[in-house]
Amino acid sequence: MSSSRSLLAALLLVLAAAVAHAQTTIPYAGIGRAATPAELAAWDIDVRPDFKGLPKGSGSVAQGMEVWEGKCASCHGIFGESNEVFAPLTGGTGKQDMQTGRAARLTDRAFPGRTTMMKLAHLSTLWDYINRAMPWNAPKSLSTSEVYAVTAYLLNLGGVLPESFTLSDRNMAQVQAMLPNRNGLTTEHGLWPGKSMGTDKPDVRAVACMKDCPTSSVVASSLPDFARNAHGNLAEQNRLVGPQRGADTSVAAAAVVSALPVAAAAQVAATTPAPAAKPAVGKPVVDTAAIALTQKYACNACHGMDKKILGPGFQEVAKKYAGRADGVDYLAGKIRAGGTGAWGAVPMPPQTLGAAEAKQIAQWLMDGARK
Amino acid sequence: MKLDKTSGPGRLVKAPENFIDAAGMRQVVAGRRDFLRRAIVAAGAVGATAALATRAQAATAAAGDPHILDLPAHTRGLGQPVVTDGYGKPSQYEANVQRRQSPGLTQTTQSSVSFAPLQSLFGIVTPSGLHFERHHQGWWDVDPTKHRLMVNGSEPGLLKKPQVFTMDELMRLPSVSRFHFIECGANTGMEWGNVAVPTCQYTHGMLSCSEFTGVPLRMVLDMCGVDLRRARFVLAEGADGASMTRTLPMELVESGEVLLAYGQNGEMLRPESGYPLRLVVPGVQGVSWVKYLRRIEVGDKPYGTKDEVLHYVDLMPDGRHRQYTSTQECKSVITTPSGGQVLLDKGFYSISGLAWSGRGAIKRVDVSVDGGRNWRTARLETPVLSKCLTRFNLDWTWDGKPALVQSRAMDETGYVQPSYRQLREVRGTRSIYHNNAVQTWLVQESGEVKNVQLS
Repeated sequence: MSSSRSLLAALLLVLAAAVAHAQTTIPYAGIGRAATPAELAAWDIDVRPDFKGLPKGSGSVAQGMEVWEGKCASCHGIFGESNEVFAPLTGGTGKQDMQTGRAARLTDRAFPGRTTMMKLAHLSTLWDYINRAMPWNAPKSLSTSEVYAVTAYLLNLGGVLPESFTLSDRNMAQVQAMLPNRNGLTTEHGLWPGKSMGTDKPDVRAVACMKDCPTSSVVASSLPDFARNAHGNLAEQNRLVGPQRGADTSVAAAAVVSALPVAAAAQVAATTPAPAAKPAVGKPVVDTAAIALTQKYACNACHGMDKKILGPGFQEVAKKYAGRADGVDYLAGKIRAGGTGAWGAVPMPPQTLGAAEAKQIAQWLMDGARK
Repeated sequence: MKLDKTSGPGRLVKAPENFIDAAGMRQVVAGRRDFLRRAIVAAGAVGATAALATRAQAATAAAGDPHILDLPAHTRGLGQPVVTDGYGKPSQYEANVQRRQSPGLTQTTQSSVSFAPLQSLFGIVTPSGLHFERHHQGWWDVDPTKHRLMVNGSEPGLLKKPQVFTMDELMRLPSVSRFHFIECGANTGMEWGNVAVPTCQYTHGMLSCSEFTGVPLRMVLDMCGVDLRRARFVLAEGADGASMTRTLPMELVESGEVLLAYGQNGEMLRPESGYPLRLVVPGVQGVSWVKYLRRIEVGDKPYGTKDEVLHYVDLMPDGRHRQYTSTQECKSVITTPSGGQVLLDKGFYSISGLAWSGRGAIKRVDVSVDGGRNWRTARLETPVLSKCLTRFNLDWTWDGKPALVQSRAMDETGYVQPSYRQLREVRGTRSIYHNNAVQTWLVQESGEVKNVQLS
């Protein structure tokens, strides 16, 4: 009995080992296939700080200026200085920084912002990012020489390169050595998992004191009263039931706090049928498809619904052209052709979208740009 | 817990909110907390109650709660049929529970964030539709039958067989399902220098937690013949316009924790969360959890991508930026009561919140109601999982006086969540990223809770 049992056990062990072996060697048959050279070339576009992955090519500051004014300036400003759509790209660096490789203004608390040029430590990063993600609404549409050219132009705006410069794969390393903040990064911290960049030990040490702990009960900072409603009425951002309600921030804090609007809304909801998904009778139908198009083509990057961002708000456009007989055709044309002057000096670049789509957006604008 | 001696069995403060009318609500939060008892016990008395209820309501109130006495329609009628909605939605009464933007934080809506409503969530799982959003160049709903994952090396020697996988193939592989938190590196970033936002949705809402299902990246790299001796870094790249890229340490991948995930809370990922494939990097800031994942490259050096050089770098007082900061250190926040809420009355409350650590499991959470002078250890509710949100609770009786409420978490490595003072001593106030300081809520006498920082 005991010998047959141990025989069985031994057999099971052998079987288990065989299964384990089979499991570690199963290549997951039928799953995955070799990537072709063309596929690798199409997707493997990253460029490392040592410029591994950088394609051969070149582009001049002058060429870059042309590309810039056509495809970049509408968001970043003619000199890369604009703060209207994105944080400024240039400014805050000087010749002294190019000597030291440290943007001195990063320690100047009075300086208002941190520009790309102040932070840029690797030239590869700028090249790679423009190549993979710019322009904002048409990423990966620039040719290799255009990427070199725009990179060169930006460095010219940043005071790093002269106007006559042509940037190429052969001189990227030399230009890297001129970057104003090239020595501005550190990996001395404990926030990288593992040991491949040094320590993973925390830099801040606290202790869990439990009783009569040293602390200050003085409130040093709190939300000013004028900002109490800056995020909207908090009564409408909390559940209607539970241990707390949201504070009604539509009235001043000094006044009696009331959850009235919410409670009242719930009362109405409780006594009326479930709200229907369809618009109420008499309410104009909203062309959500046209709104979706404005999102698809990133129109809303520059146009707010009712407010100016870089260009006028949609409803401002609707108001201006209301009543114009050829309004739909006119606006559809402007969307596709671009233009400048109607709303100020900032140009609107020509938009790549179909005539029918442009017309649908134009129709929506002429109908009042309702949302 | 000690019961409040002033509260007797006849106290009906917990009446449904519709029973408290507008004027009553005002009185409650104005501090006249005994009004309901008077309204019910002494119904008919002129003066205080006259403004509160009509005579009919008062008469009913004398007999009891009209919501009990007058049977409602749903108790006396026929309800709705099955499959009224093929994909069910929350109750209409939950419409306030939404993810929201912080006005003025970003200048475009495509490169922006929305915050999860932590103040309204229970337990540890974030409903997928309320998961915080962070997009770098807008989100997409990608056709899963056309999505591909490519795996290659920065040079041929680092990975023998560059491969392409379809979603069909990835979903055929043996999968694992794990609960993990994801937190944006910039969560609480607006508060480094001073209080800037009113509620925990905006202070801490770039935080969510889900059960993710997918395949360990380690398995797929092994299938491709990775040379783990030389390939010590991994690049993850997205298929969206930004083609988001981030570097990961191979150590994390070797641990088996990093997942090629397609599942979230029992269904596929939501489009805003990277449908159909995203990287899950437990313990590491959200930007590394690349969405719409199209490519994995292994290499012998880190990549210095835009979000490792120009953004997601932490400015230190010496003017240098910390690069490749990734780990989300131990942190906690009380979600109820929290900023912008109003306590309805004195008496019992369960102080409830969330704790998490990118270095492992939560070991302990302490709660103070006196601004950090004295602390009590909270109950950790199960499950308590590694690199996952953990719910904590502590019984508290509010005496109606101002209270400075804080939570302080400790993880299994012994690391203790720091105060603002401790954090700023080392990192200054301009880091933007990786703010894991103890949060303070001031419960004011009015019952309204305010976001504050102590000196």
